Amino acid sequence: MTEPLLQVEDLRVKFSTEDGIVHAVDGISYTVNAGQTLGIVGESGSGKSVSSLTMLGLTRNQGADIEGRIMFQGKDLVTLPDDDLRKIRGNEIAMIFQDPLSSLHPFYKVGVQLTEAVHAHRNVSKSAARDRAVELLDLVGIPDPSRRVDQFPHEFSGGMRQRVMIAMALANEPKLLIADEPTTALDVTVQAQILALLDDLQSRLGMAIIIITHDLGVVAEITDQIAVMYAGRIVERAPTSAIFGSPQHPYTWGLLKSIPRLDSPRGEELVPIAGRPPSLIKRPSGCHFHPRCPYVREEHKRIDPGLEPVPDDPTHSVACLLTAELRQRIWRGLSEGETSATLRHLVVEEEQQPATAHAAPRVAEDDPS
Amino acid sequence: MGRYIIRRILWGIAMLFIVSAVIFLIFYILPSADPAVLRAGRNAGPAQIAQIRHSLGLDKPVWRQYLDYMQQVFLHFNFGYSYQYNVPVRQLIFSRLPATIWLTVGAVIIWLAVGLSIGIVSAVRRRSILDRTTMTGSLALISAPVFWLGLVSLYLFADDIGVWKIFPGQGAFAAANNPLQKAEAMILPWLVLAAATSAIYARYMRASMIDTMSEDYIRTARAKGLPERTVIRRHAVRSAITPIVTLIGLDVGTLLAGNAILTETVFNIPGVGRLLYNAIGVSDLTVIQGITLFGAFFIVFFNLVVDIAYAYLDPRVRYS
Repeated sequence: MTEPLLQVEDLRVKFSTEDGIVHAVDGISYTVNAGQTLGIVGESGSGKSVSSLTMLGLTRNQGADIEGRIMFQGKDLVTLPDDDLRKIRGNEIAMIFQDPLSSLHPFYKVGVQLTEAVHAHRNVSKSAARDRAVELLDLVGIPDPSRRVDQFPHEFSGGMRQRVMIAMALANEPKLLIADEPTTALDVTVQAQILALLDDLQSRLGMAIIIITHDLGVVAEITDQIAVMYAGRIVERAPTSAIFGSPQHPYTWGLLKSIPRLDSPRGEELVPIAGRPPSLIKRPSGCHFHPRCPYVREEHKRIDPGLEPVPDDPTHSVACLLTAELRQRIWRGLSEGETSATLRHLVVEEEQQPATAHAAPRVAEDDPS
Repeated sequence: MGRYIIRRILWGIAMLFIVSAVIFLIFYILPSADPAVLRAGRNAGPAQIAQIRHSLGLDKPVWRQYLDYMQQVFLHFNFGYSYQYNVPVRQLIFSRLPATIWLTVGAVIIWLAVGLSIGIVSAVRRRSILDRTTMTGSLALISAPVFWLGLVSLYLFADDIGVWKIFPGQGAFAAANNPLQKAEAMILPWLVLAAATSAIYARYMRASMIDTMSEDYIRTARAKGLPERTVIRRHAVRSAITPIVTLIGLDVGTLLAGNAILTETVFNIPGVGRLLYNAIGVSDLTVIQGITLFGAFFIVFFNLVVDIAYAYLDPRVRYS
């Protein structure tokens, strides 16, 4: 097996603030192979954006305390000097962002911003850079690119602006493209177009993609692997088919149950995940998810689960204290339309305590938030 | 773009009419002294005063007086005669304008150079010792009254009374014969006038830069792999300076309108501000009125310049 394109090992990012230390990313590891697509899924504040901004060194001047390793083509991006990292940024690793409206400079023509990306890493003539800009706009499916190249961002629609952002990211044919919530700010129909475009570009250019999103539905179609993040950690990591086929973590179940589906029975309710994301300054004890977990047990408030492979599948890892057999039974129940309230008795039975009459989703009394 | 400029020009002209009417009304309603009495001199009888009142047209209804005045101003560029000096107001103002323009232009260049660069560096090196020192210093400069700062600078650096006899002092500008001497004479006034304003500009620029640096497009510029100084110069400063342009227009306008009155008085510079100061002292109404109208013109004019400059700086304005 060849060496992976990107290997993140035990990455930790902390910020010191007046209120205390924010543990934005707390020991995450993952790998991305050349040409592969990884989806990183989680709520806002789960550290998914910070981890990728850190990869590009964009959290460095914000007083971030960074530990761990980010190996990219034999170089550790955590310790790489600023100027060497700058040469990778926008060149070998490119990034697009959530809001294409504010991510383009309002005062410069689209063509100027595109050629700037080319000139940042290539010593080419002005006219060559301009030709490249037109070519890039054409590549991302913007009609009439030789005219559009001389327009300002405010003359483009939201979807078209995101295409411009993608064109800019592709300017130097990166080996890895990081897309941070690329479709969140767009209309649903446009979302699908942008995702299809990314998928198409990947098969044509052969780059690896990391898609960061809060919406599992977005990444279902185009990712090979999915990592689910919660409170700065990866709580479940598996091939996409396994995440949808046999999800293991209660948080992943929650995410899956909150996606609207066309084929679900009429009248079936969407189930939001109860509670709020935890504070990253004062995190819950034990399993960080325990205050919101419907299947919590007393000992889960003390024991901090590690990310372990599930018994029958080495490519699938989960950080959960429930036994594999129990998780399987709960997921089967959930997929048959039962709710966490009715399934909680499974946990209680296993705990061999007298079954309490009502086992509604319980919020721990010692919830620090 | 052409239509935008024409619209702004028309609006500017309308503005001047409104301002002129308001000025005229204020001076009519609130006469600090009766112009006819002032004109007549100390020993004049009532008949004499009435005669002067008639010859000046002060016995006509106010709207008639206003129309006469405006007709003179617009058709003949005539602002009336000074009671005190007995010369046309226009001539008085024109003889004083060069000194004020000298003072203003030099001070503007200094405060922009100093203020903007301090603002940019403080924003980029936020919370550094440099940032804290300059921001504290700027607060001190903003708090120091111009006349005090002027007197202290004379006491310390003027070549006649100064502790260190380095720069020409009071009245040097009036005595200067060539541009070089004039510039030399202006060094202290420029610094004094620019001090407080550059401090204000430094603070504005710093705040504007800090806002801009947190914009998404700055992150995009960094993600492209541009060197940090290009990110700052081409992307951040370019946006952050736009609101400052508005300030420049207003400040230049008000300075030319006589707002440098304190600096001109302290350094004995024969500018428009001094003229206004003297005119107020002796209730020379036509002069006060003339300078106010001139001032209004400068402010309207520089606002127009700002609006047009703004359209060039921010492409989004052009199309709206």
